Amino acid sequence: MGLAFALVLWPLGLAAAAFLLPSARWRPWLLPLGGGVRLALTAAALPRSDVAALSGWMQLDALGKVLLLLVDVLFFVCALYAPAYLKLRASRDNRTFCACLLVFLGTSAVVAQAHHLGLLWVAIETSVLASAPLLYFDRNTRSLEATWKYLLIGSVGIALALLGSFFLAYSAVHGGLGSSLLVEDLVRDAPKLSPAWLHAAFIFLFVGYGTKMGLAPMHTWKPDAYGEAPGLVGTLLAGGLTGCAFLAVLRFFQICQAAGQAAFARQMMIAVGLLSMVVAGAFMVRQRDYKRMLAYSSVEHMGILVLGVGVGGGAMFGALLHLLNNGLTKGVLFLCAGNIHRAFRSKLTTEVSGALRRVPASGALFLAGFFAITGTPPFGPFISELTILRAAMRGDQVWVAAAFLVALTVVFLGMGSTVLQVVQGEPRSGREATDFRDTAFTVGPPLVLLALVLMLGVYIPPPLQALLHEAAVALEPGS
Amino acid sequence: MSRAVDPLLVVVLLLNFLLLGTSRLRAVISGSAMQGAALGALLVAAHTETTWHTVLLAAGTVVLKGVLIPGMLNRAMRDAAIRREVEPVVGFIPSLLLGGVGTGAALLFARTLPLAPQHVGSLVVSASLSTVLTGFLLLTTRRKAITQVAGYLILENGVFIMGLLLVEAMPFLVELGALLDLLVAIFVMGIIINHINREFSSLDTARLTALKEE
Repeated sequence: MGLAFALVLWPLGLAAAAFLLPSARWRPWLLPLGGGVRLALTAAALPRSDVAALSGWMQLDALGKVLLLLVDVLFFVCALYAPAYLKLRASRDNRTFCACLLVFLGTSAVVAQAHHLGLLWVAIETSVLASAPLLYFDRNTRSLEATWKYLLIGSVGIALALLGSFFLAYSAVHGGLGSSLLVEDLVRDAPKLSPAWLHAAFIFLFVGYGTKMGLAPMHTWKPDAYGEAPGLVGTLLAGGLTGCAFLAVLRFFQICQAAGQAAFARQMMIAVGLLSMVVAGAFMVRQRDYKRMLAYSSVEHMGILVLGVGVGGGAMFGALLHLLNNGLTKGVLFLCAGNIHRAFRSKLTTEVSGALRRVPASGALFLAGFFAITGTPPFGPFISELTILRAAMRGDQVWVAAAFLVALTVVFLGMGSTVLQVVQGEPRSGREATDFRDTAFTVGPPLVLLALVLMLGVYIPPPLQALLHEAAVALEPGS
Repeated sequence: MSRAVDPLLVVVLLLNFLLLGTSRLRAVISGSAMQGAALGALLVAAHTETTWHTVLLAAGTVVLKGVLIPGMLNRAMRDAAIRREVEPVVGFIPSLLLGGVGTGAALLFARTLPLAPQHVGSLVVSASLSTVLTGFLLLTTRRKAITQVAGYLILENGVFIMGLLLVEAMPFLVELGALLDLLVAIFVMGIIINHINREFSSLDTARLTALKEE
């Protein structure tokens, strides 16, 4: 009981403290404090199976643990990066920024534990609202435009998700079930749910939360938002917030699965997953803005996640592992892209080259992150993508597997040419040189993340393996 | 569900058409305010017995959707000194036609969904979908930030109407949370509107075009 609340209330309390603290110099240090203690709380919660509160509305199950672990690791690493970054941008007020980051951390624990459809919705909506001011950190017209699109498109998605939740609730009412909106009750009584309402509900929910994940064709906010957001915000959005929305999709998939309507959901997920990969690939070829490129990479990997769930079987485990791999690798890429952006004051390949010379460590990590995210061994994403591919082949979905491979190749080539332009060559003469150089605080955090990605590629610790397996079985018995 | 529900839903549907057909921002804002007030009345009408929960929630709905948010939009309109929606992406007459077609489609689609015995024959599902569609149309085809926010509000109203089928099933807490989130969302949008106004000296989102694929 206490732990379930502590996971949520600790960051929220600290957010209030961050908002009240007058010193802009000391405020950023609340972030590592918040992230560190939360990581410790999560570590304490992981082995336990009795973390619950509010009479079952909040429960920490295997799926929630996977998400919590990802968000907390990412947040802690980003929090270590934040003080140095905010010192560089001392002219900007960081009060709202720090408070909103901590609010996001708090709501992510509600999302991870929510077993009530209404609570889940409220938590995701709150995390969306808390992240909007983060995008507007730069306070210029471009970030204003990005924030406006993010808010509007995100709000529509969230509203559709609420409509879908209502449909699902009504499918229970129509099936003559009680008024419970708890996931356990719905899964237990799933065969009695009205199929027509359940189908309609899943469509709205998938479109709604899919908008939040940034699946094509609802992804249009993503390049703008990630392109304008500071690197560490990009990391938390691409790794954490999208993961929250993915968890919501998984909860509803779980209900569809229990109701015997999984085939319907799977087809939709495979189609949207492949579409996301193809659309992302198309926009990554000849992409000149390397931060927007990362946004499209995120669209692609969200596609891989839902594709994995759609394929099912062993791919279920692969998708969950990929959730971790993608989140951590995105952290490496966004943080390094932020460093390169600072060093060159531009995010266009027409103006940036020779990152390996100007900021050698960030450039090298950016390059390594590119190899990792495109599924090159020995990094983690290689293992998870291979798992999904093998499941698709074994499951007689050869066409899906073939399309998957083609899309991965296109992405590799498109992304590769942009990344190489950034890191190779000489810094352009004629562009003003900035005095930004690699320091331990700006390079250490992405290095830690890359080490984790590498570890997941060669060795998955047995407790993590067991956790992922438990989560996969909860989604699809026998997977 | 009492007999007053369907007439109130007809009012909501008529307001949808008013919103789609007008170019005056003031009419859009007061239209959404009236719709908000109608929703409060609907909430009371949908419950078989009136408890203090219901009354409180209905009052909250009316205050929020009928007074507070329209008031904020009105203020934003005055600050920006604009009155009319100009050159929408889809014109006012075509919007009306689209709204009509959409309402028809919503009626047809709602018939394919089976209803519980106590709800058979009610307009709730079709009114909900049609209102969601109206909001979506306003949000996507209008250029002024204020109209877009009003569109989002109408869209939320549509979702709210769907919630009427669940008045017995929905916990008080969730409805309260949803209302609170709506308020915060509009509040954040209001702040952004303010900044757009300052940066561009206009609330025309057509000017927000720096971010594009080349």
